[in-house]
Amino acid sequence: MVKSWTPRLVFLGDGAKILLNLWKKITGNSCKIQHHYYQYIGTKRVRKSWWWKLLVIWVVLWTLVSLWVFWYMSSQAMEKRKETLARMCDKRARMLQDQFNVSMNHVQAMSILISTFHHGKSPSSIDQRTFAKYTERTAFERPLTSGVAYAVRVLHSEREQFEKQQGWTIKRMPEQTPVHKDEYNAEALEPSPITEEYSPVIFAQDTISHVVSLDMLSGKEDRDNVLRARASGKGVLTAPFRLLKSNRLGVILTFAVYKTDLPSNATPNERIQATDGYLGGVFHIESLVEKLLQQLASKQTILVNVYDTTNSLHPISMYGSNVSDDGLQYVSTLNFGDPFRKHEMRCRFKQKPPWPWLAISTSIGILVIALLVGHIFHATMNRIAKVEDDYHEMEKLKKRAEAADVAKSQFLATVSHEIRTPMNGVLGMLHMLMDTDLDVTQQDYVGTAQASGKALVSLINEVLDQAKIESGKLELEAVQFDLRAILDDVLSLFSGKSQEKGVELAVYIFDKVPETLIGDPGRFRQIIINLVGNSIKFTEKGHIFVTVHPSSGGGDGIHRMEDTGSGIPIEAQYRIFTPFMQVGPSISRIHGGTGIGLSISKSLVCLMNGEIGFASIPKIGSTFTFTAVFTTACSNTSELKNHQINTQSSSVSSEFRGMTALIVDPRTVRAKVSRYHIQRLGIRVEVVPDLNQVFSSIGSGKTVIDTVLIEQEVWDKEFALSTLFVDKLRKLDHGVPPKLFILTSSVSYTRSNSATSGVYTPTIIMKPLRSSMLAASLQRAMGVGNRVNGRNGELPGLSVRYLLLQRKILVVDDNNVNLRVAAGALKKYGADVVCADGGKKAISLLKPPHNFDACFMDIQMPEMDGFEATKIIRDMEHKINDRIQHGELSVEAYENVHDWHVPILAMTADVIQATREECLKCGMDGYVSKPFEAEQLYLEVSRFFHSVADQNP
Amino acid sequence: MLGLGADRLRADMNRLLAFLFHQGVLDEQFLQLQQLQDESSPNFVSEVVNIYFHESEKLLRNLRGLVLEREFSDYKRMGIHLNQLIGSSSSIGAKRLTNICVAFRAASDQNNPTACLRALELLEHDYCYLKNKLHEFFQIEQQRVMAAGVRYPIQN
Repeated sequence: MVKSWTPRLVFLGDGAKILLNLWKKITGNSCKIQHHYYQYIGTKRVRKSWWWKLLVIWVVLWTLVSLWVFWYMSSQAMEKRKETLARMCDKRARMLQDQFNVSMNHVQAMSILISTFHHGKSPSSIDQRTFAKYTERTAFERPLTSGVAYAVRVLHSEREQFEKQQGWTIKRMPEQTPVHKDEYNAEALEPSPITEEYSPVIFAQDTISHVVSLDMLSGKEDRDNVLRARASGKGVLTAPFRLLKSNRLGVILTFAVYKTDLPSNATPNERIQATDGYLGGVFHIESLVEKLLQQLASKQTILVNVYDTTNSLHPISMYGSNVSDDGLQYVSTLNFGDPFRKHEMRCRFKQKPPWPWLAISTSIGILVIALLVGHIFHATMNRIAKVEDDYHEMEKLKKRAEAADVAKSQFLATVSHEIRTPMNGVLGMLHMLMDTDLDVTQQDYVGTAQASGKALVSLINEVLDQAKIESGKLELEAVQFDLRAILDDVLSLFSGKSQEKGVELAVYIFDKVPETLIGDPGRFRQIIINLVGNSIKFTEKGHIFVTVHPSSGGGDGIHRMEDTGSGIPIEAQYRIFTPFMQVGPSISRIHGGTGIGLSISKSLVCLMNGEIGFASIPKIGSTFTFTAVFTTACSNTSELKNHQINTQSSSVSSEFRGMTALIVDPRTVRAKVSRYHIQRLGIRVEVVPDLNQVFSSIGSGKTVIDTVLIEQEVWDKEFALSTLFVDKLRKLDHGVPPKLFILTSSVSYTRSNSATSGVYTPTIIMKPLRSSMLAASLQRAMGVGNRVNGRNGELPGLSVRYLLLQRKILVVDDNNVNLRVAAGALKKYGADVVCADGGKKAISLLKPPHNFDACFMDIQMPEMDGFEATKIIRDMEHKINDRIQHGELSVEAYENVHDWHVPILAMTADVIQATREECLKCGMDGYVSKPFEAEQLYLEVSRFFHSVADQNP
Repeated sequence: MLGLGADRLRADMNRLLAFLFHQGVLDEQFLQLQQLQDESSPNFVSEVVNIYFHESEKLLRNLRGLVLEREFSDYKRMGIHLNQLIGSSSSIGAKRLTNICVAFRAASDQNNPTACLRALELLEHDYCYLKNKLHEFFQIEQQRVMAAGVRYPIQN
């Protein structure tokens, strides 16, 4: 794929600017290409054919280009070759022509010699011998002639005299028959027949002496020649023919010899009249040309042919082999001075033209490069197509994987939910089984089975949570909640366990942490429960200490869980937040659990925009720290806050206000925690390290000490002293002696102590300390008297009872059966229940003023459903509140309550449905699933009723 | 002697309950119901169950009427009745009836009269079965209570 990006560079020079522009253009183009390309992405086939076409066009184009290059280069080479041939041919022709002309000139010179010395002198100064000798010696000047002869013009009338004078008869030229050289016999020749005139040869060079006495006019070529020569006055050439005797191909050059010097414009007739004789030169063309060519280098590279082309249709070869070759040929004309005769030289290369290797290699190179580029393109496109296919494949797989993931989460959620239902059956049956007559072993078995079942249910709940978190379906709600109350609740859940183990469990929340925060209390609880639960599991002795202090940021608090447990082995520390990972296989055997809790906690903390971390040293302990961001409850909710404080803690605070407590504890941190809890009740606190100091502080008399809280540790250690101490306390004359409390975290202590010490049993307060429980204990100790409050550490079922006791609750359901069941369940928890069988009745009952503490309302009712009824009730309340505020209605008429808001809880059978939001939207405060579960009921109810002790009548 | 008889009767009751659980007729909600019974309301379970039967009979009658109307099957009203029946059945822990009602409701949502009729018949059959079994159960309980004198409640 073409990457398009514009570099962010600052160029300075002009050239650079141009470059930049160019680059932009290129990227722009590539973008366009990309765009274009994307248009095709939809249909794969189209895209494929598109680049296939391009590829084919590319290959064809470059094949054509390479062919053209080949053609161009080879034609260049051919041209060059032709030029070379022409040059060589012309050179040869020129040379031949020059040499011929030289010879011709010489022959002409000889004709002048003859006319001067033979005809001009009387008697002639030349005879045959002289002529032969002379010609022999001047042969070098006529390199092309093989011989020269002179024939005189003899008229018939002079023949006899001439023959007598010469001593031989004039002979006829032999017929042009192939005569063999050896057979030639001069004596056997016939005498010439009688004609008007004769031209017998009288002088001849030795090389052709056999022509002496032959009549030139009797030979066909010679006759033509002679006649043309005397008429023109110039040298004339015969056509090539076989020469006498030698029988070789030759031409004869003839010049006429005139008696007088003729003017150049003489008519042919005058010339004929003035003719004395004829000088002829014999040219052996073949040998001559051969000789000539031998003088030149590179003879062997070309073939030379010489033709007489006087008759253009039938050129007569004068030299050269008659090879028919249609190859490259060059023709240059030869001018031998005879305008009648035309000659030409045809040249040809001997060898065939060499292969144009350069052209071939160049074009093949080009083709190869083009093919390679094409191949690269092809490979690239293939690769792109493949990558794209892969991409689509991946996309599909990804979708499938995601779908599978969703399906997995759904499956987990469904299965978990489905398993929960039968598990309830199993647990119920086990519960029933426990009530039957069983022996000890059987009891044990059933107990184990029930514990396992419970563990399984909690595991399933955790898995359900995990699945929800993974599928991102878990959403945090943002409601106002009291951090301290939640921590108290959690502590109460674990108090049983911690008491059993004798581990001290304590919570300390810094004062700067706001009273109410906005966030998801349920999930926050879950985190704390997970972490504290883990700590309890692994801590055998010592303490577990939970602190909350605000971070500098504001809304988020830092929560620390510190324990003195076995710690986490270093090698396992990196994976403790991974789901289903445990330190080792033995852990789950010893302590149970699934290892999912921390993972869930981590996810939840992340959802709260916080971080979780830990520090752990094996055999010393671990500290888990997490932050969570909560919004501080703003001013607009302060009214509500006030209301809550009024109804809940203020009653307690007012009760204890002005009291002073003394804590006897040598350990400062523990004392600080105790002080924190007692101070929450509005009691002033002093801390002293041991019993002796108590008296000094009491004795100082500045303040009246109402209560003394002593750590169990101190009490045990100074048991002897303690009896004394108690006596002393009694004797102090302040009217009412201070109440004595012992703070302990061990259940066993409660039992043993209450059994043994008969003298004076101080009230025992079980740790962990919680404000509500503390308040209750104090109230009992002061009001009712000496009663051990052993209830706080028990199961949520009892806690619900604790919360609902004496509450007046309205239950609304159209279904009589459901109504009875719900009412029964709530009654069981100690509530005072009023039933209503429809929304309308509920509305009339809940019209303020009323004295209901809460309302449980069915959602699905035929006439008016729960949502509608709630809306109407809320409207009603809102109107009345408004009117009270505006003073239209007197507060007294409405039981001194300024802000009417009865908690309404929805009852529904569908728990999975996201009804919660809808419930909240309609002004409900929460919901419970219809067959009441103690735990859930407790959770929901506890948000409104913090402690029954607060409003105990 | 009497004590032994009470124990046997209690075992019978448990066996019967276990049988019903095993068949899927009842679920743990029934146990929860039993747990709600204590000194203050000694006959809580039987009271609730009696109300249930009373209401259910009325609902079943209505349903039968609606289903048999055929042409003008009033599915909306049928749905309301069924919801009531589902609610009360699940409250007493009559699991199988609840499930049949859910199927019935689905059939009525799809406007499928034949399926409705079939579901209705099944519902009536199972209703009778449950009624008989629970009657049996309460009879045994009655005997046990008589045998055990005044030992309340069943569960401590």
